[in-house]
Amino acid sequence: MPQTLKTTPLHELHISLGAKMVEFAGYDMPVQYPLGVMKEHLHTREKAGLFDVSHMGQAAIIAETHEAAAKALETLVPGEMQKLGAWRQRYTVLLNDDGGIIDDLMVSRSGTDGMLSIVVNGACKEKDYAWIKERLPSSARLERYDDRGLIALQGPGAAAVLAKHASGVEALKFMSVAQTKIDDVAATISRSGYTGEDGYEISIAADDTEKVARLLLNDADVEPIGLGARDSLRLEAGLCLYGHDITDETSPIEGNIRFATGKRRREEGGFPGADRIVKEIAEGPSRLRVGILPSGRAPAREGAEIQSTDGVTIGAVTSGGFGPSVGGPVAMGYVSTEHAATGTDIQLIVRGKALPARIADMPFAPHRYFRG
Amino acid sequence: MTVMYTKDHEWVRADGDLYVIGISAHAAEQLGDVVFVELPETGKTFAKGDDMAVVESVKAASDVYAPISGEIMEVNSAVVDEPGKINEDAMGAAWFVKIKPSNASEIDALMDEAAYKDFAENS
Repeated sequence: MPQTLKTTPLHELHISLGAKMVEFAGYDMPVQYPLGVMKEHLHTREKAGLFDVSHMGQAAIIAETHEAAAKALETLVPGEMQKLGAWRQRYTVLLNDDGGIIDDLMVSRSGTDGMLSIVVNGACKEKDYAWIKERLPSSARLERYDDRGLIALQGPGAAAVLAKHASGVEALKFMSVAQTKIDDVAATISRSGYTGEDGYEISIAADDTEKVARLLLNDADVEPIGLGARDSLRLEAGLCLYGHDITDETSPIEGNIRFATGKRRREEGGFPGADRIVKEIAEGPSRLRVGILPSGRAPAREGAEIQSTDGVTIGAVTSGGFGPSVGGPVAMGYVSTEHAATGTDIQLIVRGKALPARIADMPFAPHRYFRG
Repeated sequence: MTVMYTKDHEWVRADGDLYVIGISAHAAEQLGDVVFVELPETGKTFAKGDDMAVVESVKAASDVYAPISGEIMEVNSAVVDEPGKINEDAMGAAWFVKIKPSNASEIDALMDEAAYKDFAENS
């Protein structure tokens, strides 16, 4: 392991579990465990998987009141923050002045008035924090929580497993937050994740993270899951990987994540790149992120050219691979809007050959969130 | 018959006048769950080192190179239909192609079992 790599509080646990480690976002991270990507993926959809996501950035926007914190954050994101209820969570994006996406993030409001917790991508966190500090109005400040671990417990068995150690968590609804104890360890949990399955993200003090991870892994239904399966799970769920499916050049409208923008915000503007967002909503974007199902068995990977059936380049694949739950190849990518309708026949250029495919609805594997 | 190996983790074994080619069990283990295989058509000819086939695991695609020059005489359609066989029996049932060598002496430049084992452990 090169000395420059950072480690999470679960690094020793990954090694002891026999994980194959790779560099990701500057961290030495598990890409798979002895179970292997395929079985890890299927186990998560069937029972429950434990993911170390401690490399992600945990921080908060802090102000005198919720209204002040929300208004300050709204200068950076197009999401509705003022009406975010207590103990609720929301997905949004940091935008640059051209309306491109700097990062996608989760924002949650706990019981502490004037505090909006955020979770940003590990590979983006230093960039994000610098941007936020530079742009945040003086009415609010950024506080980093580098001393916290973050683990995700995902899958249809997640609620029953976690409820054994934290009563009441089974009643929590999708995109809700609670402060609780997992046995005797203080934790902030949200009912969310990035697999398309029901589940939780659990924020704990770094020193307690391994203890909680081991506790959950002791359950017969829980397996540790690496980055490989995390990627195939989120791809089947139709969820964007920052830096691939959304970038500093794509807008949330092109990226087909309009839900990251609030209705009032779209009408009022007042966030970076608002002109572009408003124009794209009114006139339609010139390109759109879509789901793609190759007709054959060959996966089309990131970068594969997308052509119309008459051989004209209309876009490129941004994520693609084999979907273990789908049982075949799945992909997503950008195409010019006139080719974006579901069912449109296209072709993908893989190793010089044009392979038939069609535009498909996402998610490829149905979301199974717990909405109460 | 002796199995010989390349540095790119293909194996070659004589089968009558032909040579059977596959990827090593070590390679299969490194790839992880194989989900797709593309094999060449019968009758195609390859020079040693040419891209001959593709194997893809859940995460990535890898090229398979012709370990010796020759003409493809037979392909294993069973491995195309069930790529997972490569993870179960890379050295046996999951062979890729049978090739008629144009220069059988190319075999001699490959590694034997012991040399390959040493190579794989240290690479």
